[in-house]
Amino acid sequence: MSTTSLPPGLQIEKVDERIMTLNVGPQHPGSGHMRIIVKIDGDYIVDADPDPGYVHRGEEKMAEYRNYIQNIPHLERPVIHDSCNVLYPYCLGVEELLGISVPERAKYIRVIASELNRCVYTQYWLAIYGIFLGHSTMFMWPAGDRELLIDMLEKMTGARVTHAYFVPGGVRNDVPANFEDMLLKRVNYFEKRIKEYAAIFYDNPILISRTRDAGKLSREDAIRLGTTGSVLRASGVDYDLRVKEPYDAYGELDIKVNTLKEGDAYARSKIPWLDMLESCNIIRQALQKMPKSGSVRVKLKPNPKGGNDEVYKRVESGRGSLGCYVVSRSTAEPYRVKMSVGSFRNLICMPYLLKGEKLGNMPAVYWSLNYWPVEADR
Amino acid sequence: MSTIAPKFRLSYFIKSITDNAFWAVLLLTLIGIPFVMVILFYLQLPVLGKRLLDPYLALTTLADPSRQIPLIKSLLQTEFFKIAAFPGFGFAALLAAGTIFVERKMLAKLQLRVGPFYCGKIEGILQLMSDGIKLLSKEIIIPAKADKPIFWAAPVLFVATAAAFVSLIPAARGGWVVADADVGLLAVFAVIGFFPVITVLSAWSANSKFPFIGGIRALHQMVSFEIPLILSVLGVVILTGTLNLTEIVESQYTYWWIIFLPIGAIVFFIAMLAELERIPFDLPEAESEIVAGWLTEFSGMMYGLVQLGSYLKLYAFAGLFVVLFLGGWSGPNIWPPFPQEIIDKGIEMGPITLRLPGLPLLDQQMLNDVLWFVVKVVGVIFFILLPRGVFPRIRIDLLLHIGWYKLIGLAFVNIFIALALVYAGVLGPGGIL
Repeated sequence: MSTTSLPPGLQIEKVDERIMTLNVGPQHPGSGHMRIIVKIDGDYIVDADPDPGYVHRGEEKMAEYRNYIQNIPHLERPVIHDSCNVLYPYCLGVEELLGISVPERAKYIRVIASELNRCVYTQYWLAIYGIFLGHSTMFMWPAGDRELLIDMLEKMTGARVTHAYFVPGGVRNDVPANFEDMLLKRVNYFEKRIKEYAAIFYDNPILISRTRDAGKLSREDAIRLGTTGSVLRASGVDYDLRVKEPYDAYGELDIKVNTLKEGDAYARSKIPWLDMLESCNIIRQALQKMPKSGSVRVKLKPNPKGGNDEVYKRVESGRGSLGCYVVSRSTAEPYRVKMSVGSFRNLICMPYLLKGEKLGNMPAVYWSLNYWPVEADR
Repeated sequence: MSTIAPKFRLSYFIKSITDNAFWAVLLLTLIGIPFVMVILFYLQLPVLGKRLLDPYLALTTLADPSRQIPLIKSLLQTEFFKIAAFPGFGFAALLAAGTIFVERKMLAKLQLRVGPFYCGKIEGILQLMSDGIKLLSKEIIIPAKADKPIFWAAPVLFVATAAAFVSLIPAARGGWVVADADVGLLAVFAVIGFFPVITVLSAWSANSKFPFIGGIRALHQMVSFEIPLILSVLGVVILTGTLNLTEIVESQYTYWWIIFLPIGAIVFFIAMLAELERIPFDLPEAESEIVAGWLTEFSGMMYGLVQLGSYLKLYAFAGLFVVLFLGGWSGPNIWPPFPQEIIDKGIEMGPITLRLPGLPLLDQQMLNDVLWFVVKVVGVIFFILLPRGVFPRIRIDLLLHIGWYKLIGLAFVNIFIALALVYAGVLGPGGIL
């Protein structure tokens, strides 16, 4: 086609004839709610361009038309499996804006709910990682085992997912009777179960040969590209907000930060699993230190108003640092709510990692970034 | 154009029935009866018991079932029965259907779920049938820019090639094989050689990117794994000195070749998994990378045909493994003998007392052989299905590395073992000396 027939300002992209462009997504079993424009030369990826934004829902704009309490249910929608953690920085921020202090018992309940939610999310993530690598058993096992914790969360909050459990001033309701026994039993069994995954998945020679040295991210690059969470820790950076900037009851707990030096897809896939084991320890510690009785919620005035102030709070979610910036202008609604999510920050390094990889490594590297498309689009 | 149904009237309804009946009677008399007469005129009717089997005699078997026994016996000896029913297509399709059911239930148990459960009351045993009906009733969509004749032909060719492969596998002694070729093993490899061609033709003719990549992957995989597959069988050929599959089985009546050639059996098994595109070698259908690989554009029954073909292929490969390494149908005699009394005098059956002499239709030896053959084939199929539950997918460069370095090297080791056994005088051509 001659360039003269094109409208002014447009030009045809010059692509080598050897290069084939693949649109992986949005209707592709290995893409999630996004598109990756992959250019391949034979079996090698020469260029990968992630194209998120298919599930943008305007959560931040919606927050400007609802008051502080009404914002709770919809702000957890970006990651419904990890809803407590997604809501956590907003609640911390609003508490600081309104000048509320949270009861001690509520702090521990928050830690427990948050860690349970992290496990629920990570199990889902692991299930999809399994099926992306063609390992159907690794899809079914985590998807089945997370039901244990989902049932536990249902007993605590009344909902299987989208709990809307954290509110500014504490948690919505107290834990049920016989809570400690139920939780300990489940967590112990859960820990035993996820230790079995090593035999079938993490020690599997085919998995190791496939994901070892795939999508290698060095320590310097990981810091330079602004990655966070499991991606950062897999590259050997000892960084976890639960330890570095402890919030609520995390400061009083003994938390081990899991790091691996390799920075490849295998290490990135192993860190969340190690974090789940650590979560079980945290839950047991929190259960011991939790006050046995007391209030779990500070009653707020109806329609509370903040001052002329702004606040930025962040927590360690299942996908890394999750920040929430809340601006108040003395009205019942927040003037601005901005979420800074780990998924999007990890997505940025995807073109760097996929360049030069084989096409077969694409799902392994892509999903090892611990990326949740809905959270990145918000 | 109205979308409202016309009002129902009984008179129109009756008229439509009588109209249809009129045309049916007219066409039957004008076309049907002359057609049947022409067939009867030209057809060579068989002679049974010194009587010509005319349609009248065939109808009398309804009144006396004992007359059907020679008829059925003569049918069992025809080539048509072999091709359509027992060692051929029907038997293989039945085992393939069983394989699909067992695969789904076994995988479900491994993954802590129930699998097909509701269709057919007992453990979802009719699930496959409902899936088949669903595939039959689905629309077949063909890409606009596809090369239509080749795209249409590919699934049919795939099933035909798989059925040709099935026809070479002997199931019991006494000629229970569709094609008892003296170069049976060569014929098997000639048939296997068609699969990559069909795969790449169908992938290319779809004129779509993901099937194309899948087809190229299948081509790489099948061509590079055919070499270790053929080399691993050479050991058996050296020891037996024949390419005839029936004779290869007969040479194993005392010892199975897997005892002397375990490396060859392992190489053959792994190459077989790759040829069958089973996990961990399901790269041509890798879902998360290339949608469904070379099957992406197939829809409806075209997809169903490819699935049928691949499960027929699975049965045929399992049968070939049993024939080459596990002694085919050989095994201890466990089928109970048929009482002599019934063969001579017959059994009484039916509301009217009736004697049926001449049973059984198949002799005891053959039934025993088939039992052992099926047991072994099912065992091998189980081990083919098992990796699906425990392994992820392998990558193409690792796959080619395994095929060209490791398996070919091991296959040569296997050949040297076979040669050493022959030259040391432990075993000679034709079995144990």
